[in-house]
Amino acid sequence: MTGSILFDAIVFLLGAIICVSIAKRFGLSSVIGYLMAGVLIGPYVLGFIGEEGEDILHFAEFGVVVMLFLIGLEIEPKNFWNMRKTIAGMGGLQVAGTMVLSYFFFYLIGFEWKVALVTSMAVALSSTAIAMQTIKEKGLMETTFGNSAFSILLFQDIIVIFMLGAIPLLANTDEESTTTSHEAAGNLLDTLPMGYQTLAIILSVVLIIGAGQYLIVPMLRKVAQTGVRELLIASALLIVFSISFLMEYVGLSPALGAFLGGVVLSSSEYKHELESTLEPFKNLLLGLFFIAVGASINFVVIAKMPLTIGGILIAVILIKALVLFITGRVFKMKLDQKMLLTFSLAQIGEFAFVLLSFAFQLNILEQEQMDILLVITALTMSFTPIISIINERLILPRIGTKESIKRPMDHIAKSQNVILVGFGHFGSTVGRFLRSHGIEATILDQDSNRVDFLRKMGFEVYYGDATRIDLLESAGIAQAKILICAIDNPSITREITKLVKEKYPHVELMIRAQNRYDAYELLNMGMENIYRESLDTSLSLAKDVLSKLGFRKYTLNQQVQNFIKYDESSLRRLAAEPKQGDNYIFKARKELEEQERLLNEDFKRGIVEYDNHWDSESIRKVLEDQQKDNPS
Amino acid sequence: MKKVLVLFAHPKFEKSRANLVLVNHIKDKEGVTFRDLYEEYPDFLIDVPFEKKLLEQHDVIIWHHPMYWYSCPPLLKQWIDMVLEFNWAYGPNGKALSSKICLNVITTGGSKELYCTQGINSYTITEFLRPFEQTANLCLMNYNKPFTVMGTYKLTDVELEVYGAQYSSLIDSFQQ
Repeated sequence: MTGSILFDAIVFLLGAIICVSIAKRFGLSSVIGYLMAGVLIGPYVLGFIGEEGEDILHFAEFGVVVMLFLIGLEIEPKNFWNMRKTIAGMGGLQVAGTMVLSYFFFYLIGFEWKVALVTSMAVALSSTAIAMQTIKEKGLMETTFGNSAFSILLFQDIIVIFMLGAIPLLANTDEESTTTSHEAAGNLLDTLPMGYQTLAIILSVVLIIGAGQYLIVPMLRKVAQTGVRELLIASALLIVFSISFLMEYVGLSPALGAFLGGVVLSSSEYKHELESTLEPFKNLLLGLFFIAVGASINFVVIAKMPLTIGGILIAVILIKALVLFITGRVFKMKLDQKMLLTFSLAQIGEFAFVLLSFAFQLNILEQEQMDILLVITALTMSFTPIISIINERLILPRIGTKESIKRPMDHIAKSQNVILVGFGHFGSTVGRFLRSHGIEATILDQDSNRVDFLRKMGFEVYYGDATRIDLLESAGIAQAKILICAIDNPSITREITKLVKEKYPHVELMIRAQNRYDAYELLNMGMENIYRESLDTSLSLAKDVLSKLGFRKYTLNQQVQNFIKYDESSLRRLAAEPKQGDNYIFKARKELEEQERLLNEDFKRGIVEYDNHWDSESIRKVLEDQQKDNPS
Repeated sequence: MKKVLVLFAHPKFEKSRANLVLVNHIKDKEGVTFRDLYEEYPDFLIDVPFEKKLLEQHDVIIWHHPMYWYSCPPLLKQWIDMVLEFNWAYGPNGKALSSKICLNVITTGGSKELYCTQGINSYTITEFLRPFEQTANLCLMNYNKPFTVMGTYKLTDVELEVYGAQYSSLIDSFQQ
C-alpha cells in the first residue's frame, strides 16, 4: 500500500479496464467485470486496496444517485403518475413478501427477533445499481420487465426511509450510542417531532419540484447562453449535489431526491444535454461502486464458515427469487418477463450496507452477524449477474419469444427514427413537413432562445451541441434511421456527419450543403445525400421568370428537373477532380474559377431540350425529307 | 345559350402549329371556357373540387387533345381518373353529368387514309376513341362524334385556318 491517490487511481482504472474488457469480450455484463476487478485488487487477492474500500464504497454510492437522476430524466411526470399503482403494488408486494419469508428464515436459524427483522429489511432491498445498469446495458428499459423492475426499485428507495426511521426503535437500551449515531447521520428528521417530519418531507419534495421549474431551468438557460461548455457540466453536477445534500439533510434517500429532480427536469429542453453530461460521471462512479463491492467481500469470513455462508446465500437468493416470481405472477407478466425479473432483482442491494451498519452502530447486530451479512450482500450482488446470464443463455431460449420481438410497433413509436439537427429556417421547414406526415423528429438545436420558443410551440426540441456524440447518443442515434443535418455552418456539418458516419454507419445521413464548394467536400468525405440549399430555390425562381415570359409551365418543370440532374452529375464529376490544397484564403478565388468552369460547360451545351417527343416540327421535317428521297 | 367547356391537353402546345390555330379560333368565344390543362396543372396535381364545379356549370364538355399513341396525353387521362368520381359522375347516385353533351376534338399527324382497316393503323378514329365514348356513356352524357383534324404535318396554314373556322362554327351549333 503506497497510500498515494495517484497509485490508487491507477490500480482502480487498470483493474476496471482489464476486467471489464475481458467480461465484455465474453459477452458478460460490465458489472461482472467491475466486481471481478474489485475482488482482484481487494485485500484478499492482490491486496492493493485494504480498509479504505469501505470509504470508497460510500463515495461511490453517489453513482447510484446520479443514475437515479438520469433515470428520472427519462420519465416524464405524467408517466411517473401513471406508474404509481405499479410502484406501490409490485414494490409493496415484493418488499412485504421478502421481509416475511426472510424474517422467518433468519429467526429459525437462530437470530434474535430484532436481528432477524433488521436483516429481513436489508434482504428485501435489491441493488438499483446492478439491476438498472444491467437493464440499461441490454436496452430493456421499455419492456414490461424493465418497468416492473424499476417500479420495485423505486418503491424500495421510498421504503428505505421508513426502515431507517424504524431501526432506532429496535435499538437496545443504550441511549447514548443511539444519539451519537444519529448525529453522525446528520438526520434532521429525528430531531423534529412526528408531525413536522412529514411536513419536512413534503416541503423538500415541493422544493425540488419548484426549484426544477423556476430555478434550475432558468439557470440552465442563462448558462447555455454563455456558450461555455464546462459551465453546463458544472451546473449539472451542482443540481445533483444540491438535491442530494437537501435530501440527506432532511433524512430522505438522496437517490430518491435525485430521481424526483430528474423527473422534474425531464420535460425541459436540457434533458439530453444533462443526460450526456452526467452519463460519464455516472458510469465511472458506478464502476467504482462495483469495484468497491468486489473488494469488500471478506474472504476470511467465508473461509471460516463456508457452509453457513453458502447456505444463507442460497436461501436468500431463493427467497428473493420466489417472491419476485410470485409478484410477477400476481401482476400477470409473461413467463420470459417474469424470469428476467426474478433473476435480476434477486440480490441484496447497496442499501443493506447502510441499514446494516446503522443497526450495528445501534448495537442491534453483533460483529460476527454483521460480517456474515455484509459478505452475503456482496456475494449476492456478485452472483446475480451470473445467474442472469444462466437465465438468458439457458432458460429463456427454451421459453421462446422475447417481448421486444412480439411488439415491434410499440418500440418504433417510442424511439424516434429521425434526428433533426439544426432548427433554423431550413431545418424548421423540414421539420414542419415531416410533422405534417406524423413523423416527429427528435430535434437538436444550439440556440437556447429558439429552443425555448419552439418548445412553447409544442415541438420536441432539445438544446445541445450535436458535434458531441454523447448528446446524439442520448437523443437516440443508436436506434435512429435517419439523421438530418440542417445547420448552416459547413465546418460543423462536416464534423457531425463524419462523426456519425464513423460511429453509426447504419444511420442514413441527409445533409444540407451551403453551396457547390461545400458539397464537393462532403462528396469527397463519402457522403451521399447532399442538398444544396440554393439549388432548388433559384431554379424555381428562374422557372417562374421563364413562365412569365411565355414559356409553358409543364415544359419548364421538366426542364428544371433535367437541369438539376445535369448539375448533380457535373457536381459529382467535378468533385472527383483533384484540386490544389485546401487553403482557405484561396477559397473565394477557387469559387470564381468554378463558376467560370460551369458557365463554360453550359455554353458548350447550348440551349438544351431533353424531351423531343411529339415535336411536330421535327417529325414533319423527317417526313418531308423522306418524301424528297423517294417521291412516290 | 349553352355553355361550352374546352378541356385542352397538350404537353407540347408551344410546338403545335395546328392546335395553336384551332385554339385561337375558339378560346375567346362567348360562352366558352377554355382550360389549358398542362398550364393549369404542370405538376399533375388536379384541383378536383374546382374541376367538378366547372363541369356542373357547363352543358357541353370537349376533350381537345392530340392523338398520342392512339389515346390522349397523360394529363387528360389523369383528369378523367381524378375528376369523374364514383357516385358523382357515375354509379347509383352519379348523375352530375347526366345529359350533357360530350365529344373529342383531336388532331393526328397521320392522314385519314392511315386510320382504316387497310391503313397502317388498322382501325378508324371512332374505334380508337371507344374508351372515351364509353366513359361518356357511363356518365350518362350524350357522346357526339369527334371533330378531327388529320394529317396535320402536311396541312398548309390556309387549310388550318379553314379547320379553325369549322371548329368555331361547330361550337356555335352546340350553343344554339
